[in-house]
Amino acid sequence: MKILQLVLLGVSLGSIYSLIALGFVVIYKGTKVINLAHGSVLLAGAYAVAVLSPHTGFLPAVALGAVASALCAVVIQRLVAAMRTQNHLVLTILTIGVDILLATELSRRIGSRVLTMGDPWGGRRVEILGTVLPQARIAATVVGILFIALFFLVFRRTDFGVRMRASADDPRTAALMGIDQRKVALTSWAIGGALACVAGVFLAGFPNPGLDHTSGLIALNAIPAIIIGGLDSTEGAVLGGLIVGVTQTLVDGNASSLHFLGEGFGTVAPYVVMLLILLWRPSGLMGSKELNRV
Amino acid sequence: MSETTTLRRAGQAAPSSSSRAGRAALVRRAAPWLLLLPLCAVPLYLDGSWLIIGILGMSTAVGAIGLTLLVGTAGQLSLAHAFFVAVGAYTYAYLAGESGPSAAGGLGLPTLPAALAAIAAAGLAGLLFSPVAARVGGLYLGVASLALVFIGEHVLKNATPLTGGYNGREVATLAVGGFEVNGGAPGLWVLGVPFTGRERLWYLALAVLVVSIVVAGRIVRGRPGRALQLMRDNPAAAGSMGVPAHRYKAAAFTVSSVFAGAAGVLTALAFEFIVPQYFTLHLAVLYLAMAVIGGLGSVPGAVAGGLFVTALPLVLDRFSGSLGFLAAPGSGGLDAAMFARFVFGALLVIVLIAEPGGLAGLWRRLRPSRR
Repeated sequence: MKILQLVLLGVSLGSIYSLIALGFVVIYKGTKVINLAHGSVLLAGAYAVAVLSPHTGFLPAVALGAVASALCAVVIQRLVAAMRTQNHLVLTILTIGVDILLATELSRRIGSRVLTMGDPWGGRRVEILGTVLPQARIAATVVGILFIALFFLVFRRTDFGVRMRASADDPRTAALMGIDQRKVALTSWAIGGALACVAGVFLAGFPNPGLDHTSGLIALNAIPAIIIGGLDSTEGAVLGGLIVGVTQTLVDGNASSLHFLGEGFGTVAPYVVMLLILLWRPSGLMGSKELNRV
Repeated sequence: MSETTTLRRAGQAAPSSSSRAGRAALVRRAAPWLLLLPLCAVPLYLDGSWLIIGILGMSTAVGAIGLTLLVGTAGQLSLAHAFFVAVGAYTYAYLAGESGPSAAGGLGLPTLPAALAAIAAAGLAGLLFSPVAARVGGLYLGVASLALVFIGEHVLKNATPLTGGYNGREVATLAVGGFEVNGGAPGLWVLGVPFTGRERLWYLALAVLVVSIVVAGRIVRGRPGRALQLMRDNPAAAGSMGVPAHRYKAAAFTVSSVFAGAAGVLTALAFEFIVPQYFTLHLAVLYLAMAVIGGLGSVPGAVAGGLFVTALPLVLDRFSGSLGFLAAPGSGGLDAAMFARFVFGALLVIVLIAEPGGLAGLWRRLRPSRR
């Protein structure tokens, strides 16, 4: 039963990572930039939720927090758009600069406190199929699946989704067909930001102790996820997130027998998996290949 | 090549102005070397607490040169520079350290070969990572290199016999033929100033920095630099010109890591005690900030960026008592380290939006006659 328990826990953690990874990929598809400030955007949203939820209740706080982190992401997008270069490398470095600013300000505000989300699940657990799972993680899985399903529904079935996909595939033609590229860029960043906030709320929830000033770094765990899945593949992001979550939980759960690898190998294991997959498939499992090769 | 020949021909065509131009060129070439004189005199006037800021600044500048070659000239984004710096620092500490009863062991090699071997080890680490760099390009590489920082940090914390684990390990004093370069033996007095560890290390750091600038300048302006720039801007054209892409990419990573290794050895000598908490993603991001603020691909820019980014928090910390708006560290207010981070972040954003050429671009713009 231990394996089942670990896999279920891994899937729930993986669904949180999938939400973060999906944010990365949407932003990448929309504007060809990897938002390395994503961790700070996540932290900003979760911080807003923690501050607001005693006053407004949990759900309104999450909604407001999602708006806040979406706004953060939009501001970063405007900064990126203000640059005169089209070099994606330089644009990505710019997001590191924004990340330093945002992370410093948030860690100044949070200080050494550990903030709680005020979520209704608290530390309760339930028993399913002989395994004991925290309720917060079950909620994370359900909400994760809901959001991912909603995302794919919108992305595949609506006019709006078609506009997004067309712009991702061929921005110039899409612009000629009358699709406003600025609007596409703004929306993709806003979606990415909002997804990060939702993920942040669950990352701060039980069994993690809460939100502290280093929580933004956890978003970096989604980076192996997007690379494993392929930078420009939304399905890949979900798959990568699950792989990272399950790997991390399995390694952490068997820490006693994996002791020779050192303490805390669980957080490093996804990166090892990522390097191996990169050597095997340089564009990730589901990413499209770069054509301009010599 | 063709540029220099046309220049030479132009000089021959106008012999009256050639001696004048030659003198101007001589002055231009000699001016940077004249700058060395005041730098050599600095340890006579400043005390150790100021010298260490300069030493750390020069050490990181050496690493920043390596990163600007890799990211700027070769166009390969790396967030793993801190890892290669750590390889240099820890390899030196292990090879030169005495194996005693303390937690961290050592081979007790002579220190100068140990330092050179540490630099070579960093280069080797770069070479070992280069298959990844050759297979994945662009943004993939940048994010993939993140893996090295995290895996490296994990190894540093857990390979206790080599690294001392969480608590770090001591760094042996570098000695050349019985003369300690960052220690006090044998005693040395210059113009009435006692030359102990930091005064001596200042000259070592300065020498390594000068060598790095010269070597990096040759790489950037020479044949390999041209090939790397072409590969960065147009891989297809570079391939058809006969540039062996894989070999050059691997070489760029290796050379950049050699610079990082030298920076690591110098940093370790300056700190005298190294801990894994220093070689984290934060350091990798700072190195990138140095290269960008200085202007990607510019060697003098990287030096300026390295000095600035390293020295700013240390200098602010020294003056935090007299600067009213800075709080004491740990009080929860705006302390020097935090203020410095705000400055770096804002500078990164401002530099990239307003002057993507960084300090080097600003310098060129202020002196248009030179172009």
